[in-house]
Amino acid sequence: MRHLLAAEGLDRDTITELLDTADGLKQTLLGREVRKLPTLRGRTVITVFYENSTRTRVSFELAGKWMSADVINVSAGGSSVGKGESLRDTALTLTAAGADCVIIRHPASGAAQRLAHWLADSPVAVVNAGDGMHEHPTQALLDAATLREKLGSLDGRRIGIVGDVLHSRVARSNVHLLTCLGAEVTVVAPPTLLPQGIETWPVTVSHEIDAELPSLDAVMMLRVQAERMHGGFFPSAREYAIGYGLSEARAALLPEHAVILHPGPMLRGMEIASRVADAPNALVTDQVANGVHVRMAVLYHLLASEGAESA
Amino acid sequence: MASRSRDATDAAVERELLSAGDVARTVARMAHQVIEKTAVGADTEPPVLLGIPTRGAPLADRLADRISEFSGISVPHGSIDITLYRDDLRHRPTRPLERTRMPESGIDGKIVILVDDVLFSGRSIRAALDALRDQGRPKAVQLAVLVDRGHRELPIRADYVGKNVPTSRAEDISVLLTEVDGSDAVLLRAAREEDQA
Repeated sequence: MRHLLAAEGLDRDTITELLDTADGLKQTLLGREVRKLPTLRGRTVITVFYENSTRTRVSFELAGKWMSADVINVSAGGSSVGKGESLRDTALTLTAAGADCVIIRHPASGAAQRLAHWLADSPVAVVNAGDGMHEHPTQALLDAATLREKLGSLDGRRIGIVGDVLHSRVARSNVHLLTCLGAEVTVVAPPTLLPQGIETWPVTVSHEIDAELPSLDAVMMLRVQAERMHGGFFPSAREYAIGYGLSEARAALLPEHAVILHPGPMLRGMEIASRVADAPNALVTDQVANGVHVRMAVLYHLLASEGAESA
Repeated sequence: MASRSRDATDAAVERELLSAGDVARTVARMAHQVIEKTAVGADTEPPVLLGIPTRGAPLADRLADRISEFSGISVPHGSIDITLYRDDLRHRPTRPLERTRMPESGIDGKIVILVDDVLFSGRSIRAALDALRDQGRPKAVQLAVLVDRGHRELPIRADYVGKNVPTSRAEDISVLLTEVDGSDAVLLRAAREEDQA
């Protein structure tokens, strides 16, 4: 693997390998006092975040540090980006400074792809940590890791993705990754929050959450992305919550074994009721914990070996 | 880590060093040696056997079984993956991780016996010592190997050796174990020039 830019296009073997590595790393670190592996000693990982983030940035930073890489965080606010430096020049600067891996979050869809293109002649690996409304592949990997942990194989499992699918890179990445692993995905959203061309996705589309919940093995609630909404996508927050929020009454419709995921940050009372978010079958904190192991696995596969292609 | 792709054997000359029966007898002898050297008994703390995957892991299980059988004392055993501690990660294709199984009793203050199939450069053992250090602080660490083929690149030696086999670097030792390969044997074959790390 040279870069990780999107979940779309990853094959099942690669995904399984990454998830197995994440699993192995989790087992290796379990119950240890010192969570530090020497594996990426001497490697430099730079995170560049042009958008706000808590969990993703912290997760990548921990992943790098637990594997002994040197991790440097650059945020758009405190860097030369504020002075008007272009993404390309920032990337070339970081490469010249000695980065082995650049992890980027950017509000523009396709930013990571562009970056990889500009850095094609260098050995630098690029990881997409979320690009606009396009993809967020490590989120999909950690969701798959969490689901696999609780449900076993995802073959034939029914997974619902509910909410603001239109603006959600998490939804896009998950649709590709989960269907690749054999899951049957249903997206549930009001028509205004579905992207054009949804009929070409390998999913079933529904507008009725109550009709879908009883047959799901897992439901993934998406955050309503107000920062990307310029216009009226639904009448009011209250109306959205009534139509598509996971209330306690709705959560009760789920089969007993079903689990609830949310990529965070959660808007309690909006897309998910507070008590549902804290219920035992809500795996939000498991997702965060698995996120570190999944990102360690990604860094391991991108950076541990040099030259020789992955066997 | 002495296994090689089996298709490399076509043209190569292959010789059986240990038969299935020999492997069983060798493991039994090593079990007796462990019992003697670490004084396994009712009033001493038993050693902890940790196999290095892939083939060290089932070997450690077998050794532990024999020790329990001969001494009546059950010996904690498990496996320790060294992949993340190897010194050749950069120069090899990405390796999948193997399983680490730590006995519940832990390793702090215990005698730990690392178990591997073949001792060659000693680099795997160096990695295992590093991995062990991150798991706890054993009272002492010993090493048991089924085959010692020489060519050490580090100051490491084994405490228990099933069979010493002087080899040339061009030769290749393959340990086959039922758990991994479907049958037991130790084979010596003239490999191609590429060397094991």
